[in-house]
Amino acid sequence: MNSTAKIISAIALAVTVIPSVLLFLGVIAIEPMKWIALAGTVAWFIATPMWMGRDQN
Amino acid sequence: MTEEQANSGNEFEREPVPDDALLGPGKFWGMYAGEHAAGTEFMIGPLFLAAGASLQNLILGLLIGNILAVLTWRFLVTPIAIAKRMTLYYQLERIAGGSLVKFYNFVNGILFCFLAGAMITVSASAVGIPFGIEYAVPDAMFGLGAPFFTGLVMLVGVAIAVIAAAGYSTVARFANIAAPWMIGIFAACGIVSLTQIGATDWPTISEGKWWTDAIAFVQAEEGEQQFGFWKIVVFAWLCNGAMHFGMADLSIFRFAKSPSAGWAPAIGMFLGHYMAWLAAALLLAAQIKLSQDHSANPGALAWGALGWTGIFCVVIAGWTTANPTIYRAGLAFQAMVPRSSRTVMTLVAGAVATLAGVFPNLSARLLDFVGTYGTVLGPMGAVIFVDFWLMKKFGLEDEYSSRTNQSISVPVLIAWLLPVLIGLYLIFWQGLFAAYAVVPCWLACGVIYLVLSKITQKSVHAQEAVS
Repeated sequence: MNSTAKIISAIALAVTVIPSVLLFLGVIAIEPMKWIALAGTVAWFIATPMWMGRDQN
Repeated sequence: MTEEQANSGNEFEREPVPDDALLGPGKFWGMYAGEHAAGTEFMIGPLFLAAGASLQNLILGLLIGNILAVLTWRFLVTPIAIAKRMTLYYQLERIAGGSLVKFYNFVNGILFCFLAGAMITVSASAVGIPFGIEYAVPDAMFGLGAPFFTGLVMLVGVAIAVIAAAGYSTVARFANIAAPWMIGIFAACGIVSLTQIGATDWPTISEGKWWTDAIAFVQAEEGEQQFGFWKIVVFAWLCNGAMHFGMADLSIFRFAKSPSAGWAPAIGMFLGHYMAWLAAALLLAAQIKLSQDHSANPGALAWGALGWTGIFCVVIAGWTTANPTIYRAGLAFQAMVPRSSRTVMTLVAGAVATLAGVFPNLSARLLDFVGTYGTVLGPMGAVIFVDFWLMKKFGLEDEYSSRTNQSISVPVLIAWLLPVLIGLYLIFWQGLFAAYAVVPCWLACGVIYLVLSKITQKSVHAQEAVS
């Protein structure tokens, strides 16, 4: 469960940041970039609390 | 610390942290990443551009200043924190006496609240964007923003205070979760801004005309200003002067298992005070290019680059920074009233921070505020430094007030207030850049404390011998 959540977090972070690089390279336009980054953000905050920091509590 | 300790309110405020409550380095790296990749970075970055800093000076000056800051945390704060494992406030009480520390705690807590207040304002600027509630800085220092914006600041402040009152572990866990994402968002903001500016190839980026054009636009509107290389170095080094030179982070590093935790501020400095400041400055340059608007509204800047994601980032960045600051202020207030509950004192600190946050000028003058903050609080760190490292070497007693049941240590009182009052005079009446006063005040405080201790401790011993 933890490793799956970690993979989802990594993908979510990439989905959040990489669209800005694609915008910089002229691959996508700014509006789709914003919506893709938002989707990555939502995925990050769903997946990451499932594994990060739980071992300390 | 464990969840149970956090919930019971026992966070070892008046005792050394026991071995079973120590934390590994990971907690500290996460906390510093979250705390320094913060809402205020959205304010500070644009202020560099608005103040006329050249891009070359900014890149090199921030690098040197941040290295100095990390070294200060690692070699000034961490050794004492690990040796004593006490909060700043309890340690100071043993050196300076209970009554003096109550006064210092009051000043300390209030300044922490002002800093948290600026972060609450930043968060509110982002929350207001979807509702069309504008953040505008009034001319008067204590002028309020629009009534809806003031109401919004109060709502955001209450929410942040309640969460901070839940305890450090709650704050640290969310900061850990948000930190990698937040850093990614800052980077994305910078990349998007470069695209919006039209600097998408190396020759254009390195030429830097887009930067000088933005500075020229701001200065045409606001008048010419200069922000040179050494000013940048000193600001980057000392903008957290209260935390490292002032030893406030003893309260954090007392939980560290090993001294290596002292390198953790590096992530905050190089991602937050380097990459994020540059990215935030780029946001303003892009906004000027796109809409000829030079107002540094953090929410609007982030919205322009990343839309809703930018808004969330400003809100969360402001929140994860305001939370530990309010938590520290709560500890400061609790040290004033030892039998009080930390939860109640954190809520009091949150209320004061919220009150401060309703004045938008506090966040707009952040460069000056953080320097003043370091000047006032920093010198007490010299007292702790001298007491820990030098007192015994000079044949003097350390923690003298706890040994003699003094409630006010006159050497500490004079050593703190004299340099600080001179520093404040130079800042407010002579126009000295506030961050320049931090190190001279710190050194003066340490020397005065040592000299006065030599005189007064001798006289006490002599009196004991006579009696």
